[in-house]
Amino acid sequence: MIEVKDLHKSFEDAHILKGISTSFEKGQTNLIIGQSGSGKTVFLKCLLGLFEYEEGSISYEGRNFSKLSRNEKTELRSEMGMVFQGSALFDSMTIAENVMFPLRMFTKQSMSEMEDRVNIVLKRVNLDNAHKKMPSEASGGMQKRVAIARAIVNRPKFLFCDEPNSGLDPKTAIVIDNLIQEITEEFDITTVINTHDMNSVMEIGKKIVFLKDGLLEWEGSNKTIFKTENEAVTNFVYSSELFRKVRRMYLEEDAQ
Amino acid sequence: MTYLHNIGTYFIMIKDIFRRPTKWSVMKPLILKDIDDLIIGSLGIVAFISFFVGGVVAIQTSLNMTSPIMPKYLVGFATRQSIILEFAPTFISIIMAGKVGSFITSSIGTMRVTEQIDALEVMGINAINYLVFPKFIALTLYPFVISIAMFLGILGGLMACVYGGYGTMEDYLEGVQLDFIPFHFIYAFIKTFVFAFLLATIPSYYGYFMKGGALEVGKASTTSFVWTSVLVIIVNFLLTSLLLG
Repeated sequence: MIEVKDLHKSFEDAHILKGISTSFEKGQTNLIIGQSGSGKTVFLKCLLGLFEYEEGSISYEGRNFSKLSRNEKTELRSEMGMVFQGSALFDSMTIAENVMFPLRMFTKQSMSEMEDRVNIVLKRVNLDNAHKKMPSEASGGMQKRVAIARAIVNRPKFLFCDEPNSGLDPKTAIVIDNLIQEITEEFDITTVINTHDMNSVMEIGKKIVFLKDGLLEWEGSNKTIFKTENEAVTNFVYSSELFRKVRRMYLEEDAQ
Repeated sequence: MTYLHNIGTYFIMIKDIFRRPTKWSVMKPLILKDIDDLIIGSLGIVAFISFFVGGVVAIQTSLNMTSPIMPKYLVGFATRQSIILEFAPTFISIIMAGKVGSFITSSIGTMRVTEQIDALEVMGINAINYLVFPKFIALTLYPFVISIAMFLGILGGLMACVYGGYGTMEDYLEGVQLDFIPFHFIYAFIKTFVFAFLLATIPSYYGYFMKGGALEVGKASTTSFVWTSVLVIIVNFLLTSLLLG
């Protein structure tokens, strides 16, 4: 579980996060949504410890990040996995080497043990035969699955995903969403996903946090988002006619 | 203020190169790869330039020695002094700022743009140590490159002198051995080590701290080349004043 209390973050004169308080539960997919410029990426980077914040606190299973020593921070980071928007695979390594990288850095396992773990994880993301490929030879969907494999190979307690569906076709996007949800439940991970994708919101948003102008405007789930009267949320989520129709159908069904 | 901030950030980066070292089993292949990329990969262009510039120095010296009382062996002497004192350590370092420096800045900058550095940091890895330390170690072999440049520069001078009809081999070799001061070698290699440090760290700084996209990677490479060259020239002046002045 991750608990965020009154988080403030500024860049020079720009006050980006203006006091966000929320929590992200273990074993479920938590989504951060909001318009471009609402502070989603800054919030995610604060959660990852990449940005230092001025005020507030972030606790990871009771450990307040800003109060940890350098070694404790390093240890906490080794419990985190991250799937970047552009996958961020290391160009000079094969897919198997990319996935093995966190094991080589943080464990004392033998090569055969690491290879076994890589095989298991690559199989889990349905990439059994891609070990020797270079990232540049893999499709966007494959790269995302490799990034997920790399993020979970060291059995993280926290998984962060920055727009995991960007640049993917709708079918592959659903595959990636389902994979993240399955992995979250299977390994009991606290997963936080930063997304613009409304399909993800509807499909896997067990908890949804909506940011607007650096403030937490609304929070709920993919069930309650249909019923919300919050104008900012409805303007954002139901901006297309398709989703307005879906919402009407859902509300009609619910009324019956 | 920006300059002061950049200088401060550069020195913090230098400190971070040696902090929280990466596991040796991971670091070793990185060092070997950087030796291949930065040292072995530069030998061809360094050898080519050294040989022909050595030849040009010999020809120019010979053509400018118009007085009949000047001994012919001065061509070898002047070529040796030019090559050992300045051409090999300084001129080659400026060429390396273009070749190796651009490579370092663009490779690290591309990693920044594609979030690979963020990926390292999220994992709790000291990304500066992981990326810059292998380059620093690889460039400790830079004096090896400069030794080859010295040898080939003097050899190029000999070839141009003998086969271009500017003097005899005996005269040239006599000049090369004339009044040899061993400290000149020490001076040249002290400069080489300092330049190697600049070549490893300044381009790394511009790559690591760049912001933006692909266009900025190109701009960062250019800026890195300019500043590495400027600092090589300034440090060259300071070291020459201190060691030979």
